[in-house]
Amino acid sequence: MVQFLPTRLDASFAALSDATRRGVLEQLGNGDASITELADKFHMTLTGMKKHVGVLEQAGLVTTQKVGRVRTCKLGLSRLAEETAWIDEYRRLWASRFDALDQIVEELKQRETVDGPRQSE
Amino acid sequence: MDPGSQSDPGAGKARTTVERTSERELVVTRTVDGPARIVFEAWTRPDLFRRWWVPKSFGVTLISYEADVRTGGAYRAVMGHPSSEQPMAFFGRYLEVTPPSRLVWTNEEGGDDGAVTTVTFEEKAGATRVVVHELYPSKDALDEAMASGSTSGWGEQFEQLDALIDILDTEG
Repeated sequence: MVQFLPTRLDASFAALSDATRRGVLEQLGNGDASITELADKFHMTLTGMKKHVGVLEQAGLVTTQKVGRVRTCKLGLSRLAEETAWIDEYRRLWASRFDALDQIVEELKQRETVDGPRQSE
Repeated sequence: MDPGSQSDPGAGKARTTVERTSERELVVTRTVDGPARIVFEAWTRPDLFRRWWVPKSFGVTLISYEADVRTGGAYRAVMGHPSSEQPMAFFGRYLEVTPPSRLVWTNEEGGDDGAVTTVTFEEKAGATRVVVHELYPSKDALDEAMASGSTSGWGEQFEQLDALIDILDTEG
């Protein structure tokens, strides 16, 4: 995942270098849309719009989902970054928990040194 | 700091790792300096558990916590946070309680999308490796859990994208 990040960033910038693709992102910011709707909106062929959406999808800026015959596009901005940040925060939570647990385990160990091992049930 | 980092090497041997090991599973690991019997006790005695489960540094307070720690037993924790007027309840049931090696519980506050948590305790040379698996019913459920914890971040990112698009538009 770490090595993957710079590539993803390059892809994001490449994807944003095109006016149509920036327009598609703005459009999707207002709501999800199908490839057909986007093609109509930007007066393009379906094939042309598919290519643009493909580039945005590669960059992680858009995600698509096919339901029946319709492929719906939605903003997938920084999904990877979002997930990485979440996992890092979650790790911080667990690290804090375990730090507190360490203290309690230490107390219990000392109690045993004094009282001798407690019988487990 | 490396944004892809998922562990804290600075913490030395007490390293906590978190990894999304599959589309629907998160795994947390940490080695605790003590025998499994004692570590397990700290996880299963409610009076001890409530002292470490909710870290003070996160601004969360544990309002109440009750647990009947045995197979089939229920637990319920109520937590408060300054940013929320309503306290949040976390509850579920213990599916397995096997001293001193294994604990399994459900997380039912999320309805059908709740994870099943499995904690294993492996003792080696007086220390215990604790592995926490959180298995969600689907990829969507885990994605949702991750997104719900950071919804406020989205607006900021869209603003950043808007700013970037503005710059590119001006240049183009």
